[in-house]
Amino acid sequence: MKTMNFLVTGVGGQGALLASGILADVGVKAGYDVKKSEVHGMAQRGGSVTSTVRWGEKVYSPLIGQGEADYLLALEKLEALRYVGMLRPGGIAVVGDLGIPPLSVSSGNDVYPGDEEVRRVLSEVTDDYHFIPSIRLAEELGNARAHNVVLLGALSTFIEDVPPEVWLQSIAERVPKKFVELNKRAFQAGREARSSR
Amino acid sequence: MKVLLSGNEAVARGAYESGVRVAAAYPGTPSTEILETLAQYDEVYSEWAPNEKVALDVAIGAAYAGSRSMAVMKHVGLNVAADAFFYASMTGLEAGLVVVSADDPFMHSSQNEQDNRRYAKFARVPCLEPSDSQEAKDLVGVALDISEQFDSPVLLRLTTRISHSDTLVELGERQVEEPTELPEYRIDRVKYVMVPGNARRRHPVIEERIEKLKEFAETFPYNKVEMGDTSLGIVTDGVAYQYAREVFPEASFLKLGMTYPLPPEMIRDFASKVDRLIVIEELDPFIEEEIRLMGIAVEGKNIFPMIGEFNPQIVRQSAIKAGLLPPSAAMEVKQPELETPLPLRPPILCPGCPHRGVFLMTKKLKMVVNGDIGCYTLAFLPPLSALHTCGCMGASIGQAHGVSKAGIAQKHAAVIGDSTFFHTGLPALLNVAYNKSDTVVIILDNRTTAMTGHQQHPGTGMTLKGEPTKAVEFEDVARAFGIDRVHTVDPYNLKEVEGALRDCLEAEGPAVIVSRRECALLPQARKLWMSLRVNEERCNGCGLCFEVGCPAIVKSEQLDAKTGRAKARIDPLLCTGCEICAQVCARKAILFREEMIKEGESA
Repeated sequence: MKTMNFLVTGVGGQGALLASGILADVGVKAGYDVKKSEVHGMAQRGGSVTSTVRWGEKVYSPLIGQGEADYLLALEKLEALRYVGMLRPGGIAVVGDLGIPPLSVSSGNDVYPGDEEVRRVLSEVTDDYHFIPSIRLAEELGNARAHNVVLLGALSTFIEDVPPEVWLQSIAERVPKKFVELNKRAFQAGREARSSR
Repeated sequence: MKVLLSGNEAVARGAYESGVRVAAAYPGTPSTEILETLAQYDEVYSEWAPNEKVALDVAIGAAYAGSRSMAVMKHVGLNVAADAFFYASMTGLEAGLVVVSADDPFMHSSQNEQDNRRYAKFARVPCLEPSDSQEAKDLVGVALDISEQFDSPVLLRLTTRISHSDTLVELGERQVEEPTELPEYRIDRVKYVMVPGNARRRHPVIEERIEKLKEFAETFPYNKVEMGDTSLGIVTDGVAYQYAREVFPEASFLKLGMTYPLPPEMIRDFASKVDRLIVIEELDPFIEEEIRLMGIAVEGKNIFPMIGEFNPQIVRQSAIKAGLLPPSAAMEVKQPELETPLPLRPPILCPGCPHRGVFLMTKKLKMVVNGDIGCYTLAFLPPLSALHTCGCMGASIGQAHGVSKAGIAQKHAAVIGDSTFFHTGLPALLNVAYNKSDTVVIILDNRTTAMTGHQQHPGTGMTLKGEPTKAVEFEDVARAFGIDRVHTVDPYNLKEVEGALRDCLEAEGPAVIVSRRECALLPQARKLWMSLRVNEERCNGCGLCFEVGCPAIVKSEQLDAKTGRAKARIDPLLCTGCEICAQVCARKAILFREEMIKEGESA
């Protein structure tokens, strides 16, 4: 069992922590030792959020350093750029095709990086990055909030030794009951979006 | 069965399993979730106390009464509770008492980085430190056993990373039978009345206790030697152990589950078996100094930082720099070059935050504002830049009073949140009244402890367990203290806030303004959310509304034809409809709720 390191990033309120919770649980269900770490506190609404999830035979540190993430799951493009240095060169980045401008951008003092710049920066670390139209796919299913699970679906295609059923079971256990079916479909949509590329 | 639990959830589970009957705390990151989790167990009485000192006195009282008990706080909470911590060490207890302190290396959500292992030594109390959630759960029970065996409180020291990391935990059952009859209170005046005569008898007892604990530590199973390559011996504790194991997979380890007092023979023996002895510990060189006092050669803070939180990268790079690892041990990292630095996302007052109305008006009146601990501290940031000090819980009122007594002509304000006011603002306001200062005290009553995630407090009329209780009124408190000038304002009404401030500034003597409006994120407030809209014909891009500092107000791509300035736009996903910006706009370009509703009806 080789250790797998995930870094989940996003903006407060986007559902990054639900995504990392599911990711940790999938690891447990697949028989790994698992550690997950995140920091709460301060007013996180609109702030940058990160969570580390590690699967392995035996995991010691709950944190990873730069260059140690095998997978970067970014729910937002700016947060993908902010943390792409955490990714192992050549690692896999799954990025939600969504930009949420911070206050300094919307007030006109800073500039949100354009898509060309986003691609250029990501490609300095890895060619294996994947933009997923997560919001659009979730909206098509009826609720944009399920975009985080769309991204988990896309991520799951890279982890071949864990079957989709395990992910679906964890999703069913962790999202509110009335949203289970929606999120199961969101997961499938994410898987298909990845494989159709 | 193994489940993923955060360190905080694990401590709560440990308290439940090991028979804690009474637990008290004041919310504080990173410790808050411990009591929130524990409150779900009916077998344990748990409460939010107004502050940590009260919480610890409550836990001590319960332990005097023969019940296993626990007090929980963040690291700076132990400063507040220190008086109680020290006397409890002197008296000992009738049943186990564990004091949980969650330290915050890197100050993720704190004003300092103090290392509370120092308190253990200071008060002659044993200190236990878990390195994951399983140990966090187990060490609660171990702490209670030690507490009872040695007649001493026990400090369980967590750090943010332990509190907020999820790791696998084996759950157990509650290990006690619930009592069938009420316990009797055992009276022992010599032990529990700390007058000088009795205290002088107790001091030698606690010094002897520490000597016995040293012997106990020699065979304490959570002090563990893991021998590997003997060229390097690493003494470590808490989460630092996890980083060290990762970075030095081959080395020999002495992992300390009890960091005060240390086991001298165990350390001496370990040191004799390794060529080079180093300590890897976050924050202070606490273990390192203790080992050096034993006359053993040791390194630590000459290699690893004393400031901030560790991670594997920091430990690895420090080790490479000191020659403990070859340069080839470094991870391959690609940190891409950026055209321009990435825009930051600093924490900000939320859209619809009622505090914003107060700070806009104190700023308009050019008031100097002594601040306190809570969400409102964020008013120090631009564009508001309206808060001028922040030191610790309850400091604002005493500071403003001191400024007044120092003879500064300008009347100062103190702003303090509702929960913080009950924590340590109460005696400070009493002082303002008693010693008669020209201080304006503004109580920002948003009906909850917002900063730590909406906990109940004595003003909310609800307990931790969700039971209704008496709600304290701030106005009644101020008047009972002898303050006659008391205003109540709605911070969503800027004129009302300004009027009250002007009245207080013009009058002599102490004044209190209660700014009452519930936190915009509370469920009942969310129900009233509606988005406002900018009338782009009226807006000329003057920018006054941008100075409100609301994330919902953004620069539109539309420019004013005359001035060329960007007009304002409101983000409908963020706006809550508080109308503060609508009141600030000089051209009435931002529609009020009523106008929005009318518009909707006519459409």
